[in-house]
Amino acid sequence: MAVITMTINDELVSGVEGQSLLSLIREQGIELPTLCHLEGLEARGGCRLCLVEMQSTQRLLPACTTTAQEGMSIQTHSERLVRYRRMILELLFAERNHVCAVCVMNGRCELQDEAAKIGMDHVRYDYLVPELPMDATHDKFAIDHNRCILCTRCVSVCDSVEGAHTWDVMGRGVNSRVITDLNQPWGSSRSCTSCGKCVQVCPTGALANKGSTVAEMVKRHDFLQWILDGREKKQWVMHNGGSEGRR
Amino acid sequence: MTRTVVIDPVTRIEGHAKISLYLGDDGKVADARFHVVEFRGFEKFCVGRTFWEMPGITARVCGICPVSHILASAKAGDDVLGIRIPPRAEKLRRLMNWGQLVQSHALSFFHLSAPDLLLGMDSDPAKRNIMGLIQARPNIARSGIRLREFGQKVIRLLGGRSVHPAWAVPGGVREPLTAEARSQIKRLLPEAFDIAELALDLLKDSYDQFNDEIHNYGDFPSLYMGLVTADGGLEHYDGMLRVVDAEGRILQNAETITYRDFIGEAVEPWSYLKAPYYKPHGYPDGMYRVGPLARLNICDYAGTPRADRELRQFRRHGQRGKPVSGSFHYHYARLIEILFCLEKIEETIEDESLTGSHVRNYAEVNERTGIGVSEAPRGTLFHEYKVDRQGILQSVNMIIATGQNNLAMNKTVQQIARAYIDGETIEEGVLNRIEHGIRLFDPCLSCSTHAVGQMPLHVQLIAPDGAIVDERVRD
Repeated sequence: MAVITMTINDELVSGVEGQSLLSLIREQGIELPTLCHLEGLEARGGCRLCLVEMQSTQRLLPACTTTAQEGMSIQTHSERLVRYRRMILELLFAERNHVCAVCVMNGRCELQDEAAKIGMDHVRYDYLVPELPMDATHDKFAIDHNRCILCTRCVSVCDSVEGAHTWDVMGRGVNSRVITDLNQPWGSSRSCTSCGKCVQVCPTGALANKGSTVAEMVKRHDFLQWILDGREKKQWVMHNGGSEGRR
Repeated sequence: MTRTVVIDPVTRIEGHAKISLYLGDDGKVADARFHVVEFRGFEKFCVGRTFWEMPGITARVCGICPVSHILASAKAGDDVLGIRIPPRAEKLRRLMNWGQLVQSHALSFFHLSAPDLLLGMDSDPAKRNIMGLIQARPNIARSGIRLREFGQKVIRLLGGRSVHPAWAVPGGVREPLTAEARSQIKRLLPEAFDIAELALDLLKDSYDQFNDEIHNYGDFPSLYMGLVTADGGLEHYDGMLRVVDAEGRILQNAETITYRDFIGEAVEPWSYLKAPYYKPHGYPDGMYRVGPLARLNICDYAGTPRADRELRQFRRHGQRGKPVSGSFHYHYARLIEILFCLEKIEETIEDESLTGSHVRNYAEVNERTGIGVSEAPRGTLFHEYKVDRQGILQSVNMIIATGQNNLAMNKTVQQIARAYIDGETIEEGVLNRIEHGIRLFDPCLSCSTHAVGQMPLHVQLIAPDGAIVDERVRD
């Protein structure tokens, strides 16, 4: 494996050829927010929170889907990037009905965490307040579209890890919605294996155990690496002691 | 000439309201109305959510008495699940409810009403508030704050925080009481008892100064409603729903789930507050009062030694064995309830089994309707949910304690206005008396107090053609 060198925030760093910018940035101990990306799932570049500035071009690039290359020079936290990140978060909050105080994920939500970290104390945009339903037809789980940010982690994990491809996306733009099968109630889905992986990887309170009360839901991501290591390396090792691993 | 006097906003109450006084040609009060001018919409926007979330959502109805909503909601949820909760969970819920009653009653007496009672109804409005009380009677103000703190602490030790604890849920409660929390509550009890006794002495000693008020502040016959234990004792969490008439006769002693059979809800165009009434007597004759005064009027006994002793004294204020009809005695009733709650906490906290871990039962949706009834500090609180097979709410109805006192508050305002307003000039102190009539009921119109500092007041004299004849604004 060839080694590459590049510059991140004016520091010279080295990485491995083919490595994503995001992983190289995080290796340096730099915190870069992501809401759609999750280690173990295919990078999508959907949420745009991990955008970085490249010196050679005016374009902003998502670090999760960009490969690190020899000689690159990037900035991860310029004034413009922080401003945009906050804007993106505000738009996410404005798009659907995120009522943190009474959400099942209050206190453990990735969207809420990122907003708090960036210092988002209010939303400057008009709330769209769409009328969105909850689907509690599944025996064990419920989906609340009000809290969904369309990260599509559920779609990805169901397809690539569970292999069921129960979840997908319908509609376009702001009207997009994650659906089960061909937009049938989740409880009547014939492809769903009720494994709950989608619930565990969901960053917000959109997918939760049925019967969860306010601020009660806890999600774990560590199963993902467990399954992938087992599948690819035939190794079954629980890396972080099986505790609550969220990213 | 007919005129209207508007008091807007009414201060030192929880929420936002105004009062209109309609003066007749003779300058005397022809009518008076208490308007609740805020609209919350909980019954509408909760539809579509799951009933499991309701304790957390409806807690937000109020920052003063979130526990009441959490408990009524959790009980409605138990009903939807169709299950019994673990006995330990019930004890813990009761414990939190008593803590809630103590803190809310302490707030009403010390923070909101004591400025009138101890500094005078007609004293300088700039100082007639909790800050003025701290200046004039620092020890009393401090005691009030300490007593409220005790109640808040009980709630916090159980639910993790004192406002909106996400703790009682359908099926039980989320966390048991820790041994450390149990001993903390025990340690704090003696001081709380001392303050409760101090408050009782203060109020009883001041009764001589309030002879006029006692007879003019909402003294009228009415029905009374609240919960009692199976054998008629004072109750705040569960039990039978009892209605007693002005003579003290028991008209109803019914299962709480049958409340619809005898409670109706009327709506008036001039207020967002619903006006419930006792159906067999019709509207508005079916006016009933709820809250501390009503609870002490309907119960046969309190059930704890000190509270029972006070209850006997309290009953002397009623005529010849009839219920106590003067709303001024709400203050007294509130303090007796504080004492009762402290005694119940003292008794319950001795129970070693409180700290065990089995505090929640689980089930799926078994019933399509759930009804939860409990006694909030201000009176009986009803939550009724209809859900589909998955537990998604199809309809929500809440009857809030304050709403049930709506008709009685209007009558109280009328009575005070008639007694103190005569002619052209209206003294500021008179307006405060009218506000105090509302404070007696400790109405919880939403979730906030705006008591500190100056008292904003807006009075308008309005001619029949709508022209403003005179206006006084103080802010």
